[in-house]
Amino acid sequence: METIEDRQKEIIQEFGMFDDWMQKYEYIIELGKDLPVIEQEFKTEDHLIKGCQSKVWLHADFGADGMVRFTADSDAIITKGLVSLVIRVLDGMNGQDIAQSDLHFVNDIGLTSHLSPTRSNGLASMIKQMKIYGMLAANQQPQP
Amino acid sequence: MDDVVSIGAVEKIRKHFPILQQEVNGKPLIYFDNAATSQKPLSVIESITEYYQEYNSNIHRGVHHLANIATGKFESTRQKVADFLGTDDLGEIIFTSGTTDSINLVAQAWGRLNIHSGDEILVSELEHHSNIVPWQILAQEKNAIIKVIPVTDKGEWDLSNLEELLSERTKIVAVNHVSNALGTINPIEIIINRSRQVGAKILIDGAQSVVHFEVNVKSIDCDFYCFSAHKLYGPTGVGVLYGKREVLESMAPYRGGGEMIKTVSFKGTTYNELPHKFEAGTPNIEGIIAFGSAIDFATSLDKDWVQFHEKQLLDTATTFLQEIEGMKIYGTSAQKVSVVSFLVDGIHPYDLGTLLDQQGIAVRTGHHCTQPLMERFKIPGTVRASFAIYNSIEEVNIFADALRKSVKMLR
Repeated sequence: METIEDRQKEIIQEFGMFDDWMQKYEYIIELGKDLPVIEQEFKTEDHLIKGCQSKVWLHADFGADGMVRFTADSDAIITKGLVSLVIRVLDGMNGQDIAQSDLHFVNDIGLTSHLSPTRSNGLASMIKQMKIYGMLAANQQPQP
Repeated sequence: MDDVVSIGAVEKIRKHFPILQQEVNGKPLIYFDNAATSQKPLSVIESITEYYQEYNSNIHRGVHHLANIATGKFESTRQKVADFLGTDDLGEIIFTSGTTDSINLVAQAWGRLNIHSGDEILVSELEHHSNIVPWQILAQEKNAIIKVIPVTDKGEWDLSNLEELLSERTKIVAVNHVSNALGTINPIEIIINRSRQVGAKILIDGAQSVVHFEVNVKSIDCDFYCFSAHKLYGPTGVGVLYGKREVLESMAPYRGGGEMIKTVSFKGTTYNELPHKFEAGTPNIEGIIAFGSAIDFATSLDKDWVQFHEKQLLDTATTFLQEIEGMKIYGTSAQKVSVVSFLVDGIHPYDLGTLLDQQGIAVRTGHHCTQPLMERFKIPGTVRASFAIYNSIEEVNIFADALRKSVKMLR
């Protein structure tokens, strides 16, 4: 079964193919356009991620098996692309694994150093929120 | 003046600004964020190092050699600022940490004494937060009322209801000379004239004006005029509050400390003369000295050429922007400085800013600290390009190409 680590490696490999950041952004924008949009009912104030200059809404659904499904949206397309990268890595994974994940791909593809501080903070806030959802999902599971 | 003369002049000016000689993301830097802060000429940068290498010393109270040099240079900036604003009275020039600090000084030191319950403070919808929030703090404390001059679709003051907004209850009118978000040059003479008739004091926020055109506080006849050094080729952390002597004399000190006192005892303290009464503590000495160099630089420029060149930059940018599909320019007054604020239909300003940055172009995106204005236009923010004397028409053309490319990518 595919792990969080496998997915991160895939993304790192994909980004390795681009020569410059303009191309990387082109790809991020395409990803943004493809992001499955969140249900309208979840685009509310309490689904907003704090710390973003653009708006980001994030929703999590917990499966009976401890699995977490994420949907999200943003009013800015580059943000949407970044969100879609993180969702691609964590979506459908086990809550426990999400909570404990180390999303090093963000750093490895050079995003951390490349993003503006506000955007970088926004991304960090979103990852933190996803881990919280992971933890909540894990806690809902009966202890072995 | 023809284009060739202008190109030569820009090249000459650019040599004074070392920061402009660099690449950003592999492209030559194009700096169009001048309304946020201007770049600094070498003479300003050198004054700062010269101060620390040659005569660093605390000013005014020392008897020694270094203190005398530092005090002399520090006070010579005050003279330069006085000349720059058109006053002969050095006591009317108070150094602050910036426009924000200057406005807060007036809101507290003048406002606490003169604003009472039910009094009115008039601002405009075009104001920067720094000319709104200090008045809100004061109004809350004093139970006073803030009234607002609305803005038209063109981004100009709507003065049609001025009669209702301005009355004997109005104690102060605090408005900007030039809008930071849209670039509109406001008809302050009309508002000053009407404010005088009802006996209101007038504060003009000149943060965005002094770099673009000459200001004479005596012919304007305002009570207060504020601006920041860093938007006029000077360092950050330095600002000016001009105040009419009789108004400043009537005000209580704002902050207590060294420098602002005459005598201190536990029985009672007496305060220093103007301008020192409002300058408690050790000031930003090197910043204020370097600010003197910035004023020298600004006043050495040919005023007619500055106007001509900035207008050419603005017109060139406005023309190409209007050709982009879905473009909306915010602030379309005929009276504008070289600032253009815009949005492209369906594209978030932040996305445009990010892609322009990839192409070496620095613009500002967001609400520009003017949330009420953004709310009036029902937008989250804009992309703002603001041009300075060291920007060239060629840079505007590169900006045009980069913007077209970005829009295409984001659509």
